[in-house]
Amino acid sequence: MTSPKGEDGIMKRQHRATAVAAVAAMLAMGAAQAEPAKDDELTINGEETLATQAPAPDHLQGALGDTVYSGWLFRDPDTRAMQKDDFDNPMFLFVDAGIEAWNTPDGTEGKSCADCHNAIEDSMKGLRAALPKVTEKGELWSLENFVNDCRTNRMGAEAWGWNSQEMKNMTTAIGLQSRGMPVAVAIDGEAAPFWEKGKEMYYTRYGQLEMSCANCHEDNFGNYIRSDHLSQGQINGFPLYRLKDQGAVSTHQRFVGCMRDTRGVPFEAGSQEFRELELYVASRGLGMPVETPAVRH
Amino acid sequence: MQNILILAALAASLGVAAMAETVPNAISWAEDGSIPESLTGTAGNPDEGRVVMTTNALGNCVACHAIAAMPDVPFQGNIAPQLDGAADRWTEAQLRGIVVDAKRTFPESFMPGMYKVGPFIRPGVAYTAKPPEKPEDIRPILSARQVEDVVAYLMTLSE
Ligand code: HEC
Ligand code: HEC
Repeated sequence: MTSPKGEDGIMKRQHRATAVAAVAAMLAMGAAQAEPAKDDELTINGEETLATQAPAPDHLQGALGDTVYSGWLFRDPDTRAMQKDDFDNPMFLFVDAGIEAWNTPDGTEGKSCADCHNAIEDSMKGLRAALPKVTEKGELWSLENFVNDCRTNRMGAEAWGWNSQEMKNMTTAIGLQSRGMPVAVAIDGEAAPFWEKGKEMYYTRYGQLEMSCANCHEDNFGNYIRSDHLSQGQINGFPLYRLKDQGAVSTHQRFVGCMRDTRGVPFEAGSQEFRELELYVASRGLGMPVETPAVRH
Repeated sequence: MQNILILAALAASLGVAAMAETVPNAISWAEDGSIPESLTGTAGNPDEGRVVMTTNALGNCVACHAIAAMPDVPFQGNIAPQLDGAADRWTEAQLRGIVVDAKRTFPESFMPGMYKVGPFIRPGVAYTAKPPEKPEDIRPILSARQVEDVVAYLMTLSE
């Protein structure tokens, strides 16, 4: 668990006072147990408003109440504001770099992504919302796997590291093309066995602290661990900018951090285990709009 | 000179503590999850206990529990019950059991065992994310003495 940071914490504390009032009102109406910001809307560039909650998917069987919430609702007003304007959102530097890489030939074949896929806006629309998914060969792949498959097998270029800046630039640029589209991962059919394993991991109590993802993000979202306001741990905004790290953070990188915080040994970024966990966690946000690239602290 | 004296005194007290200390796997538990006997054979120091409870790298109890008796401690969590009045609700033996391994009192509890070395699933060496090379690399979060200090502080929380 992280140490409270002066200013950051004070802000959250103030936020908490208003949130408490909001919760009192909510409880009076017999609504959910959470205390996300209820009085703010995620309107991007003053134009497009993204819903930050959705009816909870059936498979959760009420585990999160009747509503799932974006992590955006649990952050302080300044952090929320950064995500409302693409000029203020630091991730857009990485989007630009990703789009440049999209158009730049690389590898022994001398081809760029654009040579095969044309405009990123058209060919990559909706992809992020449906990943991870099962390939024709029956493997569960995340977006990073697809990117490296093209690089190594079609471009004759080297694979990028899962958490490398180049990879995050590209997954952010591709993810942005699905912004506003509902998360729509398949969890039945061939995906079902992977999903089941991810679910089992989500409820496993790892590390010396014996904590599962569910202990923090299901049982206690809306509560505070020291100065950390716990969200539902949704992944519809990844890759996202983390102010604390001053950089882009991938989904698996976040999983690593949370498992380390249990005094545990995390699985590796890109591992089979984390792709299964990614599928399961994505499915806990089914129906919520993709927010990529989000901003968090 | 003074430093040397302090060091000598510290070494002596550590030596004594080490001799009398009960290691995590040798604790005599009562049926109800309580531990009647002090882990060090001596009484804890409540002032030290307060420090352990409010220090992130030690017990960090305030991460989850609020304690109104510590109004100077910022950012107390709201995951777990407020601890004021704990000494009215529990005996010393029960509090020791809760601090050492709360799951013996509250099955499925979110509260970590503060004097427990396993079994765990994928335990790492503290927050390094690295697996232990040998079982002893997994150290209890608090020492026996720190547990007793915390218990001594909790015993001051009566209303
Ligand atoms: C000890 C408590 C704890 C545990 C256990 C834990 N997390 Fe977290 N997690 C946090 C905190 C604190 C944050 C930052 C605030 C927030 O968004 O909740 C966070 C953030 C996240 C986020 C980012 C959400 C966002 O909108 O930015 C994701 C995703 C996440 N966790 C997933 C997981 C998964 C998956 C697991 C299990 C492998 C897990 N967490 C286990 C405490 C925990
Ligand atoms: C990660 C969260 C967490 C941390 C850290 C934590 N606790 Fe707890 N504790 C709990 C929860 C949750 C309960 C409620 C019992 C249950 O699990 O049903 C509890 C219960 C207790 C109780 C009994 C509650 C009462 O007053 O009736 C005591 C006493 C207690 N804890 C002391 C401590 C002390 C002392 C520390 C630090 C050395 C500590 N706790 C650290 C989560 C935590």
